[in-house]
Amino acid sequence: MTSPHLPVLMVVLPLMSAPFCAVMRRGLPAWSLALVVTWTSFALALAVLTQVLDHGTIIYSIGDWAAPWGIEYRIDRIGAFMAVIVSGIGALSLAYSRRSIAHEIGVRRRPLFYTMFLLSLAGLLGISVTGDAFNLFVFLEISSLSSYVLISLASDRRALTAAYRYLIMGTIGATFYIIGVGLMYMMTGTLNLADLAARVPEVAGTRTILVALGFLTVGISLKLALFPLHTWLPNAYAFAPSVVTVFLASTATKVAIYVLLRILFTVFGKADVIHAQEIGDVLMVLALLAMFVASLVAIFQDNVKRLLAFSSLAQVGYMILGVSMATATGISAGIIHLFNHAIMKGALFMAVGCVFMRTGSVRVEAFAGLGRAMPVTMAAFVVGGLSLIGVPATVGFISKWTLIQAALETGAWPLAVLILLSSLLAIVYVWKVVEVAYFQPLPSYRGDVREAPLSMVLPMWFLAGCSIYFGIDAATTLGIARDAAAALLGNGP
Amino acid sequence: MTVIGIGLIRMRNLFAVVMLSGIYSLLAAFLYVIMDAVDVAFTEAAVGAGIATVLMLATLALTGTQEKPSRHTNLLSIAIVTVTGAALVYGTLDMPEYGDPDAPIHHHVVPRYMNDSAHEVGPPNVVTSVLASYRGFDTLGEVTVIFTAAVGVIALIGRIRRRRSLNHDARLNERWADTMSSKPVLRVLTKLIIPLIMLFALYVQFHGDYGPGGGFQAGVIFASALILYGLIFGIDTARRAVPEWMTRLGLALGVLMYAGTGVAGLVMGGNFLNYSVLAHDHLHGQHWGIFTIELGVGITVAAAMVTIFFTFARLLPVDPNDEKRS
Repeated sequence: MTSPHLPVLMVVLPLMSAPFCAVMRRGLPAWSLALVVTWTSFALALAVLTQVLDHGTIIYSIGDWAAPWGIEYRIDRIGAFMAVIVSGIGALSLAYSRRSIAHEIGVRRRPLFYTMFLLSLAGLLGISVTGDAFNLFVFLEISSLSSYVLISLASDRRALTAAYRYLIMGTIGATFYIIGVGLMYMMTGTLNLADLAARVPEVAGTRTILVALGFLTVGISLKLALFPLHTWLPNAYAFAPSVVTVFLASTATKVAIYVLLRILFTVFGKADVIHAQEIGDVLMVLALLAMFVASLVAIFQDNVKRLLAFSSLAQVGYMILGVSMATATGISAGIIHLFNHAIMKGALFMAVGCVFMRTGSVRVEAFAGLGRAMPVTMAAFVVGGLSLIGVPATVGFISKWTLIQAALETGAWPLAVLILLSSLLAIVYVWKVVEVAYFQPLPSYRGDVREAPLSMVLPMWFLAGCSIYFGIDAATTLGIARDAAAALLGNGP
Repeated sequence: MTVIGIGLIRMRNLFAVVMLSGIYSLLAAFLYVIMDAVDVAFTEAAVGAGIATVLMLATLALTGTQEKPSRHTNLLSIAIVTVTGAALVYGTLDMPEYGDPDAPIHHHVVPRYMNDSAHEVGPPNVVTSVLASYRGFDTLGEVTVIFTAAVGVIALIGRIRRRRSLNHDARLNERWADTMSSKPVLRVLTKLIIPLIMLFALYVQFHGDYGPGGGFQAGVIFASALILYGLIFGIDTARRAVPEWMTRLGLALGVLMYAGTGVAGLVMGGNFLNYSVLAHDHLHGQHWGIFTIELGVGITVAAAMVTIFFTFARLLPVDPNDEKRS
């Protein structure tokens, strides 16, 4: 698999299959097509990652027009790594989706669900690999628009309001981003990210560039649900169909964080930006607030999906905290947590989806006695939960370890203490669910609750297994994260 | 435009608001013409002032035309809007002056577009060259966005329709026909004008290489002909001429034509979306490539507009008085 066209095929394949799914009348053929396509994309992403690790950055000019006149794909380590995360989660959640969707979405809308899923995947992949600021916007729109639809396809009427809120906030975020890009284009005459990086230092002192940076940061922060711009997220995750929550929670906010890294470091990295330091301080305060406020709110949630959604906000806080330190270790802590959190949250939300399928509810009470009735599912939940806390031998430990290391390196030991303290909050909210599941009896009216079907258990355990495997042997993932961070700071391979 | 903007905020009658925003779009289109961006102006006039207004009017028919007055003013929102506006103004302070020939925007990528596109891509309309070829991948993305929007509308609103009584569509159509049969002038004029609109759409579609125009504008104009037919002769009648499966197929077909052209370039030995390799002479290749993708754009856009309008229009109550929302 060394064709030069792999990067573009990885994105175009799901994009082209979406129209096919749209004209299908039944769920099963659409699901089969989507399954083949997502797994192929995943294989392509892995091939691209290997290629990048072996031979360095891949550049692919679309239409054979050299950048900056045309659009190019420029895939370095972090881009390829993101593509693997997105397509891997996409492939697993699609395998998981058949039974879950059959349970949650009406027959006639199933092909349209898979259409939207493929579009969302294509959009997120397109963002990960593009080297062009405007192309990034276009694919951001594809992924956002399809996620709004995916969320509102839920049978719960409240999903419509949640999706509407997400639509308004997301559109404001995208508009801010495009205003920022417009201002940058005006000052530099280019839309290519690498070209921008070369031309920004010349005009870095102007007010226009400063405002552009502001608009870009705020716009992307809306998309990645940075506290206090997170208000769209909890309900969107809580009321979306189970698979959609799995997919979006593990990919959408992660891709937005990736975009933030690109803008702050790839584009503005070489510019003399005293302001970037100030941006770092602001981000750090917001990240800390997110870690504590969101974790505290999570403790008081009765709906487990909402609980995990607030936990996601806190986890976004950890990633941004790493990024805000702007040191190699700090950024690599942020990057490794992108991956680690994707797999553990994927496993957790899949477990909740299994519970919803069997009990019809995602409230904490519904978990009573499931430790015995659904042992496999609950065991996966426990593994995910332990990882969320950061227990050794799980991926969560690797993330927190790197993050604390980064804090100590910069001499900010209070940060290290705060990271540990916030982990205590995670223990509380994870225990809240685990206690009900293992120490309360199964209510008699739920006597017929069975284990979830194999097609859902397997992907869930694959992710849970990954969160143990990469917690013990983190050399590969840490290596990629370190090199990617070094490259972002401009002194790497 | 400022006056209209303030008017839009103060106005409580939503019907007037929709009309004003249509005028706002038209003025914006004039502004684009002054800036020599005729293609953008064309799109703004067709989409912003045309189709968007029709769609919003259709929505108003569903929701009522008076805005609910809200008692409290939201200070936080006002603060955010003010800060954003101030930031934008602050940002403009260091901008190059309008029309300044030394502005960076004129000296980096643009010279090649202006000087070389004629022998690299072909079309005399540079905008077409940039949109369809140099930055063709963005345009493919835009078409996909439109496809996503239309399929999203089918997925979300298509389901409400089924809950209504089965003969709802037929009754709606009858009432429509009753109202309209008393307006022979409208009916005759519509019949005369629709072929002209369609012809114009085709002209815009195929003449995009030489003058302002292209798939986006043509698609919207073509769709507006069908929507006009639906407005005058009834939604159901129009839906018989353009059934649901046809628009759904069109939506998919357009995107596939575009992306398929890209794949064809890939198969013929170029990169994705390289049209030069499609024929022996690279200008011919570019010509055929752009022709096909513009047609794809036109088909998807027209299908999307028709889909969105008809999906909404079917929600209309048969008798405005018996299903009035509170």
